[in-house]
Amino acid sequence: MSALPLAGAEPAVLPSPPGGRHKLRAYAQRSLWWLASVGIFVAIWELCWLLGLADPLMLPPPHLFLANLPEQFKFFDPAGARSLQEDGGGLLSVLEVMAWTSMRVILGLALGFVGAVGVGLAIRYFPVFGNLTLPTITLLTPISPVAWLPVAIFIFGIGNVPAIFLVFISVFFIIVLSTLSQIDSVPAAYLHVARIMGANKHQLFRHVILPTILPSLFVTLRLNLFAAWMVVLIAEAVGVGSGLGQIVMMARNTFNASLVFFTMTLIGLLGYLFDRGLLWVQQRVLWWVNPSALGGR
Amino acid sequence: MARPMISLRNVRKVWNPATPKALTAIDGLSLDVAPGEFVVLLGPSGCGKSSLLYLVAGLEAATEGAMACDGLPITGPGTDRGMIFQEASLYPWLTIADNVTFGLKLQGVFPEKRQRIARELLLKVGLADAAEKRPDELSGGMRQRAALARALAMRPKVLMMDEPFAALDIQTRAKMQGHLLEVWRASGASVLLVTHSIDEALALADRIVVFTSRPGRIKNIVPVDLPRPRSPRDPRCIELSQHLADLLADEVDRAFLEQEAAI
Repeated sequence: MSALPLAGAEPAVLPSPPGGRHKLRAYAQRSLWWLASVGIFVAIWELCWLLGLADPLMLPPPHLFLANLPEQFKFFDPAGARSLQEDGGGLLSVLEVMAWTSMRVILGLALGFVGAVGVGLAIRYFPVFGNLTLPTITLLTPISPVAWLPVAIFIFGIGNVPAIFLVFISVFFIIVLSTLSQIDSVPAAYLHVARIMGANKHQLFRHVILPTILPSLFVTLRLNLFAAWMVVLIAEAVGVGSGLGQIVMMARNTFNASLVFFTMTLIGLLGYLFDRGLLWVQQRVLWWVNPSALGGR
Repeated sequence: MARPMISLRNVRKVWNPATPKALTAIDGLSLDVAPGEFVVLLGPSGCGKSSLLYLVAGLEAATEGAMACDGLPITGPGTDRGMIFQEASLYPWLTIADNVTFGLKLQGVFPEKRQRIARELLLKVGLADAAEKRPDELSGGMRQRAALARALAMRPKVLMMDEPFAALDIQTRAKMQGHLLEVWRASGASVLLVTHSIDEALALADRIVVFTSRPGRIKNIVPVDLPRPRSPRDPRCIELSQHLADLLADEVDRAFLEQEAAI
């Protein structure tokens, strides 16, 4: 059952803030529902295995693919650099692989977000630039990031850069277009108030438009987080030669179903943590927005 | 009358000119507002009185006519003319104090000085304790007072208000009118206030400008020569109110028929 560390968090050991009994209860309740939901999913899977419906070679249930962790860890260290070390070595390799994949996602998202918001603002700030770039951007937007993979490899070769580039592509165009529509829907009153007080164009963009559009752009970023995760795994499987995506591909090639499911578990956990992380950042940086308006819980 | 603070000559405003949707909002309007005068623009909704404020504010250009503020032609927004809208439109990412001094920040005034000015202004509008609060923590009336403080921060010579209290409940509205009169007297600014409420016009104005419905023209100018605070039960107030209601009735009927016809 070690696939459930998040769900199984012990509410009782959490420090209770003064008057936070209600919050604690709500937290405990949510954890219980988590446990129930994941528990039922795992139970059905295990039951299928027990009844012989799920072939353990192809659909090994959690108790099998989580049984021999050191054995699984070995695959994360194909060069054998840590194979001579004691038990901790394998776990370190796993964490290293996860860190590399995470780094690619974070860099790609950060570059994509900053670049796209910048380009979007520039399009509305300099109309000529907008007229020149917008048609091309509109044409490039519907192209799936996966279709960019060969291009990325041609240009950047095998390594980190094509993976980061693909993540960048997967959010860039969408956020440019989203920036434009957000700029166009800034309430007229916000602009009037600033213009009445003598704001020039630069000040309008910096002090009114940017803070108005950031919250919803952050929501767009969060919605596209999972697309970015999808893309980074494909890039790793094909064009990087390391990372979680590469492990999944290797497991497929060696018909190691246990390793596939183990890695999938890691991917699921990481994706979840990323979503929570972005939500946290959002609440810190964009403190003026009511969290419920942003799809956060 | 000494040199008027606001001077409008034959002002005409057409929205979407040269299109099938062309709409004449204001036609042949001339009006002078004296320094420190409180003028209320009264008329049915959609009669062009708000359009007039946007023109004087410089947010929109007039199609024809001459407009001047303190002797200078109006070509765009300027800090000599402040404006307050129906919704307070405070920026949700700024504290109340930062909202109030937003215009000063645009001018590059240092934070310490802004802080001091914000405190003074908030004290003046009765929001001394709200400086560090966020706009969504305030009631509608408090938000509108913050918007008033924000306009005052620029020390405008003219204060324009577009149905500023329409979104407030009646009790709050009466309080706000009292507040506004105090602030107006202390600031010495001219005020141009748009409303469709006869009671509000009578409570505030030196002069009431009654608009015709579309296109907006001046139907009548009614001076209100009564000491403030004015009681709505004062017989002279009742008489004026009746007079204004008669003036408005035709226009409201016409506006109503036009709206019906447009559907």
